[in-house]
Parts: sequence; C-alpha cells; structure tokens
Amino acid sequence: MRAACWYGKRDVRVEQVPDPEILNPRDAIVRITATAICGSDLHLYNGFIPSLEAGDILGHEFMGEIVEVGSAVKNLKVGDRVVVPFPIACGNCLPCADGLFSLCENSNPNAWMAEKMWGHSPCGIFGYSHMLGGYAGGQAEYARVPYADVGPIKVPPHLTDEQVLFLSDILPTGWMGAENCDIEPEDTVAVWGCGPVGQFAIKSAFMLGAGKVIAIDRFPERLEMANQAAGAETINYDEVDVYEALLEMTGGRGPDSCIDAVGMEGHAPGLIGAYDRVKQATMMESDRPHALRQAILACRSGGTVSVPGVYGGFLDKIPFGSFVNKALTLKAGQTHVQRYMPQLLERIEKGELDPTFVITHRMKLEDAPQGYDMFVHKQDDCVKIVMTP
Amino acid sequence: MAMQQPEQTTRYRGNTQRSAPQAGGGIRRRQRGARATRPNATLTRALGWFSLGLGLSEIAAHQRLAKMIGVSDHSRVFPLLGAREIVSGLGILANRRPVASVRSRVAGDVIDLALLALAMNSPGVRRNRLAAATAGVVGVTLLDYFQSRRLAAADGTDPTVLPKDEAIRVEKSITVNRPVEECYRFWRDFQNLPRFMNHLESVTVIDAQRSHWVAKGPAGTTVEWDAELINDVPNEVIAWRSLDNAQVESTGAVRFEPARGGRGTVVQLKMHYRPPGGSVGAMVAKLFGEEPEQQVSEDFRRFKQVMETGEIATTTGQPHGHQPKAALRSLKGA
Repeated sequence: MRAACWYGKRDVRVEQVPDPEILNPRDAIVRITATAICGSDLHLYNGFIPSLEAGDILGHEFMGEIVEVGSAVKNLKVGDRVVVPFPIACGNCLPCADGLFSLCENSNPNAWMAEKMWGHSPCGIFGYSHMLGGYAGGQAEYARVPYADVGPIKVPPHLTDEQVLFLSDILPTGWMGAENCDIEPEDTVAVWGCGPVGQFAIKSAFMLGAGKVIAIDRFPERLEMANQAAGAETINYDEVDVYEALLEMTGGRGPDSCIDAVGMEGHAPGLIGAYDRVKQATMMESDRPHALRQAILACRSGGTVSVPGVYGGFLDKIPFGSFVNKALTLKAGQTHVQRYMPQLLERIEKGELDPTFVITHRMKLEDAPQGYDMFVHKQDDCVKIVMTP
Repeated sequence: MAMQQPEQTTRYRGNTQRSAPQAGGGIRRRQRGARATRPNATLTRALGWFSLGLGLSEIAAHQRLAKMIGVSDHSRVFPLLGAREIVSGLGILANRRPVASVRSRVAGDVIDLALLALAMNSPGVRRNRLAAATAGVVGVTLLDYFQSRRLAAADGTDPTVLPKDEAIRVEKSITVNRPVEECYRFWRDFQNLPRFMNHLESVTVIDAQRSHWVAKGPAGTTVEWDAELINDVPNEVIAWRSLDNAQVESTGAVRFEPARGGRGTVVQLKMHYRPPGGSVGAMVAKLFGEEPEQQVSEDFRRFKQVMETGEIATTTGQPHGHQPKAALRSLKGA
C-alpha cells in the first residue's frame, strides 16, 4: 500500500509499504477513505519529537471502512464505516474505565521510554514516535487498529467523510480544551491559536455557555475564520499588546479562562522569541511556551488555564508566581477522544455543528509531502488539509 | 506496611550463602559489596580538583609548564591535554559515582606517559627535568589506578572484584484492575507464565510441588531447571525457587493484595536470580542488549496487559518504510 513515511526533519515521503495485518485478536484493519495532517504532526515534521525512526508511517486522524476483524472483535463487522480515535486505549484498565482513555496503562508497548521522560506513560498513539508506542499511522491506504472493540465509532451513511473525520482528533480536542475551562454561563474565554483546534475550541466554548470568546493569532485569514465561522472577537498579537487588549475587552478583569491551543512551537516576536529559539537550539529548553506565558499573565484571578496544545519537554521562564498568587487552575492532557465521540457525533447529526468549515485544502495522499510543506508555512491561507488515498 | 517474608517462615533448604530477600519496595539494583562509607571520598575529590587545576594551567600557562617539564619545543600539545584533564576533573566532581571519570584519568595518565617516552628521544629536551616529571606521572598513575579499583569494588562495576552477593534482584509492584482471585489463579498456573515472561519458553508442571522451566539464554542458548513451590497461600502469596544444581539459581515470590478503594489488586513481585556464568555472564547478556531488571519489569507490565486486556500490546509485524534498527527492536514490547 502507499503510506506517508517520516525520513527526517522536513522529509516526508509517500512510499510503497506492506499492507497491515491482524496481529492481536482485538485488532481490526481499516481501509482508509479520508485522513488529515494535524498541527501536532508538524512537531514530528520539524524534528521536535524524539524517538522517530526513518520509515515510520505518520498520521493519526483517519477514518474508513472495516475490511478485516480479529477473532475477539464482536461489535464491528466487515463493511462498517468508522472514525478511529487517535489515542489507542484498551478499555479495561482503571484510567480507561474512568473515561481517561488517553491515559491507558496497557496500550503503549514502549511505556518504559515514556516513563523515563515523563514519570509515567500515556496511551499509545497512532503515528507519533516510538516513545508513544511506535504504531504505524493513518496517512496511508490501510491501518491496523488495536482494541477495535473500544476505539472506532460507527458513523451513519448520510454524513460525509469530511463532516465526521475530525471526530478522530481535533474536534474532541477543541471540545475538551473548552470543557476543561469549567465555563460558567456568560463567561469570557480567550483562545490562543486559531488553527483547527483553536477554531473548534472557540465553537465548543460557545456551546458550553460562554458569553464571549476572544481569539488570538497573527494570521488574518485565521482570525477571519475565527470571527466569521466561529463567532469570536479577535486580537492580532502582531498589532496590539495582548494583555492590554484583553483587559480592555473584559472590563479590566481579564478572561475567566484561557485556552492554549498553540503548544510547543509557539511563535513569539522580539526578544522573548529570540530567547526561546536560542535556548531550543542549545537544547536548554525543548518547548517554546509563549502562548502559555501570556495566558497565565492575562487570566483573571481564580480563573482556569486549559492546555490542549501539545508540549513534550521542558519549559523556561513560566510566570509561576503569577499562577500561584492569582490562584489559577491548570488543566491539560491528550484528548480522551473515545469519551467525547458519541456526544459530538450527535451534535453533528443534529446540525448543531458543522466541522467542515476548517477545511481549506483537499489533496491526494500522494501529495502529502507538498501538503506538509504548505501546512508548516501556512501558505495559501492553509488551515486544514484533508487527504484521500 | 509490615511485610511478612514467606521465604523465611517456611523451610528454606539449601545453601545458606544464598541471598535472602530484603524488606521494602522499590527496584533493587545489583547488590553492592560494601554499602558502608565510600572509600576515600576525599581522595577522589582531591583528584578531581587536581585535574581541573592541572588542566587549566596546561591551557593558560602551557609554555611555562612545558619549560618546567623540559619540553619547551612541544608546548603546543598542552592545551589539548589540558582540555582532557578538565573533562576528567568535571566528571569526578560532578558525578555521584565517579568511577568512570577516575578511570578516564588513568587513561589520560597512560597517554601522558607515552608522550613523555616519545619526548625522551627528541632533541632539545632537558632530560633531567623530563625524568623527574615522568616519575611524578608514574606516581599519579598508580594513585589513579588503585583509586579507580577501590571505587569500582564499592560500586560493584569491576568484574574482577566480585561483590559479596551476585544475585540480581528485582522488586516491583503493579496494580491490576482485576480481582485478587483472578490474579492469583492466573499466576498459580505456572504454565501461564511464558505468556507474559518473554524469556521463558515453557513451564511444565511435574507434580503438586515441582515444575520444569525452560528459558532462552543469551546469544541464542537455552537454559533449563527444575523449581519447587515453597509457599502457596491462596489469594495471597506464591513463592518458588529453583532446586539445587539448577543452571539458573532463582527464587521468586509474588504477593497479591486488594488495592485500596476496591480498585483491583496490587501485585508485588520479588525475584532474585543468578544467571548462568554469574556476574560475568550477566555482563555478556548486557552486551547482547539484555538488561535483566528491565526485562523482569517489562514481563510484569505484560502480566497486567494479559490480565486486563487479554492480549499483549505489540507493533511487531506492522508495516514500515524501512526496517527499524535492531537495538530498538529488541527492547520493544513484543
């Protein structure tokens, strides 16, 4: 089959590789009909995530048709159309039983690697380095899905692939980012990062009762999308000081909660940006937390900072004094996709939410290398790329 | 929490020199010969500071130093030697276990002696001064060498200095989201063990007490031994040990206890074993990419997977652009 494989920093190639096979009784094989490039794939593309090997198949947002099931899979059959969640979760360990699927204790065969870095291991993830299991990803024609009796969700035929594909990752991620804010009715929520996750976080915040949502970015087309499609007020941080603007827009108190939908490759202008880049280059800091710093400083006292953005390593110069003295709450985590899929699918079916508004580009899987390049440079007003094999 | 030691309450036949398990949790590393005060920590630190000082002077005052030793024509090599000294010095002062850095000093001393020997034959050297310097370096070399031996013996890393006890000990706890009875029953049927202990090929039950174990040894070999059950309290503890003259001496005990709040079972494993060939054999195994403590930990993790999910998480056999590197492959879960 054809698959997009990682070969080094900014080197993705689509190659001929063997088809996947059933390896365990709870596996299923999916013939992929739609897949996407995620903002977190860019951390792999830019070489910020360790433990990738040349030839690893990328991709963790995919859906398609079941073509084979293992002997222990009873809830799915050949021909079912499913969306596959990006965290691989067994369903039986205590975190899974508690609905914390991204913390599955069994699905990472290389848990010892993650433990060395993080103390404990999260779940295995499709196409996201060997530290997180080394599972072959879904930017391919077929994928092997472990614990298929727990993960994939069946989707009705009247919804198009584009309408449901984002249940795999970015829609539940935006939702969980907003849910973690513990939004009270009419709250003001500020969202850093107007990529697809940020867009869905804005929409989710409104659906969860926010009265006002403020979107922060520097790309005009993304701010425009946040305003037109998602309904947010906007701040362009290249033009105004974010802290001052937020104070002005919130009656001097600051937003009730702040969402960091930017993550480890935050862009910062000026000296602080140069500081982060130098520290990263000299390996003294692994992530660039510019959005997180601003979120902590701007959040109103007693508020919540929610971090759906992906971080991998160590941060520097975090205003923790601000965090402590303002009595903030910080919530984070890889998304528990399985937990949110059913309710979000229902909202899509009812027409409350149409995720397709983030899609700006469609291409064939063969063009994945160009897709990655366009996405990382945000060329052609690119926000989200969907690929078909 | 006070732990009963079942191995000591039942009859414990055999060699009294065999290591007895210690109380407490956590993962124990290879036994150290003398856990008392570190030998001559002061001397080690002094060597560290000496390296730093010498290194700095070799860089900053190399011409004067060369003249003092009698090799004024060769002063250009001193900054390189100085850099090496500084690395050694920092290694000694910064590490809690500086045996490798002290060893690097020995290597450096050997290089110095070689250079001094070469210099003896060059024209234009002051032979008297050179001879005095050489004598000094010889003295320092001996000091470094014996200090590194002493540190290694205390560490247990010197294969020619056998620590008192050669057993590899692993202790690990894991919480399994299944009832105590299920965990006990699964482990009690020793024929299940190879399902999650990757290095076991098979375990055959001979009778109520004895079983026959076959395991993969390092470098493709096979080892076999008989073991007997020495303690069996249903839903609480299972203990076993290899019979006398076994190829691999091992004892193990696994305890089962309900987790707090009714959230499954806490399973605690304690295993001690002497691999074939003693500590030298263990070192050879390490060369082949096998780390005994980690392997037992991974086996234990797989036990949890089998109990909770019915299968072992794996990616072996999945598609790939290129073959993964061999070293990483051998450590992966499957």
